[in-house]
Amino acid sequence: MKQSQNKDHAALAEDFIKDNEHVNWHDGALWYIREKRDLASKQIPEWEALREAASKIKSNVISNLHEYLLQFEANLQKNGVKVYWAADAEEHNAIVYSILKAKEITEMVKSKSMLTEECGLNEYLFERGIEVINSDLGEYIQQIDNEPPSHIVLPCIHKRKEEIGELFHKHLGTEKGLSDPTLLTRVARKHLRNIFLTRRAALTGVNFAVAETGEYVVCTNEGNADMGAHLSEVQIASMGIEKLIPQKMHLAIFLRLLARSATGQPITIYSSHYKRPREGQEMHLILVDAGRTRQLGRADFRDSLKCIKCGACMNTCPVYRKSGGLSYHNTISGPIGAILAPNLNMKQHADLPFASTLCGSCSNVCPVKINIHDQLYKWRQVIVKEGYAGNAKSLSMKAMAWTLSSPGNFATAGKAGRWFLHKLPFIVNNKFNPWYKQREMPEGPKESFAEWYTKNKENDKKE
Amino acid sequence: MTVGLFIPCYVNQFYPDAAKATLQLLKKLKVDVIYPPKQTCCGQPMANAGFEHLTTGCNQLFIDNFSGFDYIVAPSASCVLHIKDHLHSDKNEDQAAIIRANVFELVEFLTDILKVEKLDAVFPHKVGLHHSCHGLRGLHLAQMSELNAPLFSKPQRLLNMVQGLEQVDLDRLDECCGFGGSFCIAEEAVSVKMGKDRVTDHTKNGAEYITSSDLSCLMHLEGILHRNKSSIKIVHIVEILNATV
Repeated sequence: MKQSQNKDHAALAEDFIKDNEHVNWHDGALWYIREKRDLASKQIPEWEALREAASKIKSNVISNLHEYLLQFEANLQKNGVKVYWAADAEEHNAIVYSILKAKEITEMVKSKSMLTEECGLNEYLFERGIEVINSDLGEYIQQIDNEPPSHIVLPCIHKRKEEIGELFHKHLGTEKGLSDPTLLTRVARKHLRNIFLTRRAALTGVNFAVAETGEYVVCTNEGNADMGAHLSEVQIASMGIEKLIPQKMHLAIFLRLLARSATGQPITIYSSHYKRPREGQEMHLILVDAGRTRQLGRADFRDSLKCIKCGACMNTCPVYRKSGGLSYHNTISGPIGAILAPNLNMKQHADLPFASTLCGSCSNVCPVKINIHDQLYKWRQVIVKEGYAGNAKSLSMKAMAWTLSSPGNFATAGKAGRWFLHKLPFIVNNKFNPWYKQREMPEGPKESFAEWYTKNKENDKKE
Repeated sequence: MTVGLFIPCYVNQFYPDAAKATLQLLKKLKVDVIYPPKQTCCGQPMANAGFEHLTTGCNQLFIDNFSGFDYIVAPSASCVLHIKDHLHSDKNEDQAAIIRANVFELVEFLTDILKVEKLDAVFPHKVGLHHSCHGLRGLHLAQMSELNAPLFSKPQRLLNMVQGLEQVDLDRLDECCGFGGSFCIAEEAVSVKMGKDRVTDHTKNGAEYITSSDLSCLMHLEGILHRNKSSIKIVHIVEILNATV
C-alpha cells in the first residue's frame, strides 16, 4: 500500500493543493453532494427530530452496549450464524483466515467494509496466499492503485476520471486515453461479474445490526455486496461493536437519515437484510473491538461511537474538501476520522484534531448529532497535555509560537500592545513566517485603541 | 445600564477604527460605556491550540477587568464565544458565571438587548456579508445553512437599516474563511486556499466591501486581498452601522 506516514496533514494537504484546478474540482464535487444533502434533508419537515431521535437511540446503545451485544449474539446463534469476538485487528484477521482455511478457500470477494481496511485484512490474507478483490467500484479502483480509500462513502473521489482511465488501461487492458465513466464502469462490471461467479467466499461490512432479531443490514447503491453474498458458500460479516441498534423499528429512523446525509438520496438503492444462512451456506459474523471500548471509556469522546459512517461531515468540511481524504493518513478521514484516530494511536494522529478551523459545520450535518467540533477542541487539550503536540510537525514549530502569548507575559509586559506586536508570529515580514507567504500583514495604525481612548479621556477631562 | 467595552487584543492593535466605531455607536444609542484599560486577551489563541490549561491568568485578568458591569460588549463574535464557553475560575467561579451570561457580541447586543429598530447610518456600497463561524454556529447570529430550521439573520437585519447599502448574494452562504486561529499558521496552505475561495465568492458576486462581525476572519481575507492587489475592501460591520455621509 502506498504510504504517507512521514508527512503530517498540513504537509500532505500542501501537496494536494498544488494542483489548483484539481482542488477546485474536488471541492466542487463534494460541495455538490453537501447541497444535495441540504435539499434532501429540507424536504422532510421532521428532519431535526429524526436526528435527535437517532442520537438518543445511539446514546442508549453505547450506554447499554454489553446487554445489546449479548442479545445480538444469542439471536445470531439462534438464526444459525456463527459468532466471533475479536479484540483487535490481528484477532479479526486471524478469524477470517481460519474460516477460509477450513474450507480451503484462496479467493474472496469483499465489499463495503471500512473496518477491514482499518484492520489491514487484504494485506494479511495476501501474505497467507489468499487473494481479496474489493467489489465496490470505488474500492476496487483504490485497490488496483494500491492506495487506501480517501472517503468512507466515495472511496476514490480524489481521483480524476483520466487517472482512472489510465489505471484501467494498465490493469484491465482498456484502450489508452479512454476516460468515459460509463464505458469504464461497464468494463469494471464485466470484469467483476466473472469474479463474483467464481468466488466461494464473500465478506461485507455492516451498517446496522439489530439486537432484537439478530439480523444485519448492509446499505449499498451498486448491489455488489448482495451479489457477493448471494453467490457465496461462505458469507462473512465484520462489524465494529458500536454498529448495533436495539430494535428493527429503529431502522425506520436510521435508513431515512443515512442516505440523505450521505448523498442526498432518499434511501440507498439496496438496503439488504441478512438473517440466516441459505441451505448449504455458512454465515459468520465477527464482532470487533479494536479500540472501541477504550473510546467508550473516554467521557469526552465516547459519543464518536454513535457514527453511522455517512460521510456528511467530510462533504461539508472545507478543510477536507481542500485537502483530500488521504492527507488525514487514517482509514477514516475528515472530521470524524480526526476524533476517532487519536484513540487508536495518539502519537501518530496527533496532528488530526488540529486539521480543522473548528467551524462547526460537521456537527450540524451529523445525522446522529455528534459534537464533532467540540471533540476536536477537547482532543487538542488532551494531545498537548499528553505531550504529543510535538508530533504534529508543523504544529510544534508554527502554532506553538502563536501560543507563546502566555497570560503571564501579557500581565507583566506593561504595554501589552508592544508585547503583542513583537510576539504575534505573523508580525514578522519574512519568508519563515507562514502568514506572510501568501498574505499581507495587517497595516499597523499609528495608535492603538487603548492609546486613543486614554488620550481622549484626558482631553475630555480638560474640557 | 453600564456596559464594559471589551476590545480584543488584535482589534486594539490593528483595527482601532472598529473599536472607536463600537464606542461611538453605543454612545449614540445612549449606552454608558466604560473601557477597562487593563484588558488584554480572552485566551482563545492558547486554548484553541490545545493550551487551555495555560489560560488561568488570562481568565483571572478578564474577571478582574469585567466584573460589575450590566453587560460586556465586544465587536468580535469569536472572542465573545470563547468567554461564553470557556471562562472559568477556581477563585471566582460565581463571577465567571455572571460574565459568561452577560457577555455579548455587538450585533446580538444591538438586536436582543437594545432591540434596535432603526439606525441613522449611510453606506452607499455593495456589501458581501461574511458569517464568522463562531458568530454563526457558536452565537447563532443567523440560521445555519445545514439545519432544517426557520431562517433569520441578525446582521442582515441591521444592515437592512443602513441607507444606500446593497447586499450581494453569495454562492455559499456561510462557508468558513479558513482563518481558524493557529490553523492559519499551522495549516497555511489550506487556510489560504479557503480564504482565496471566499474572496472569489464575494468578488464574482460584485461586492465592493466584505463585512463581518469578526475581524479575525477579515484580517485573513484582507491579507489575501492586499497580496493580490484587489480593490475590494474589508470593513467591520460596526463601522457600517456607525457610518454617516
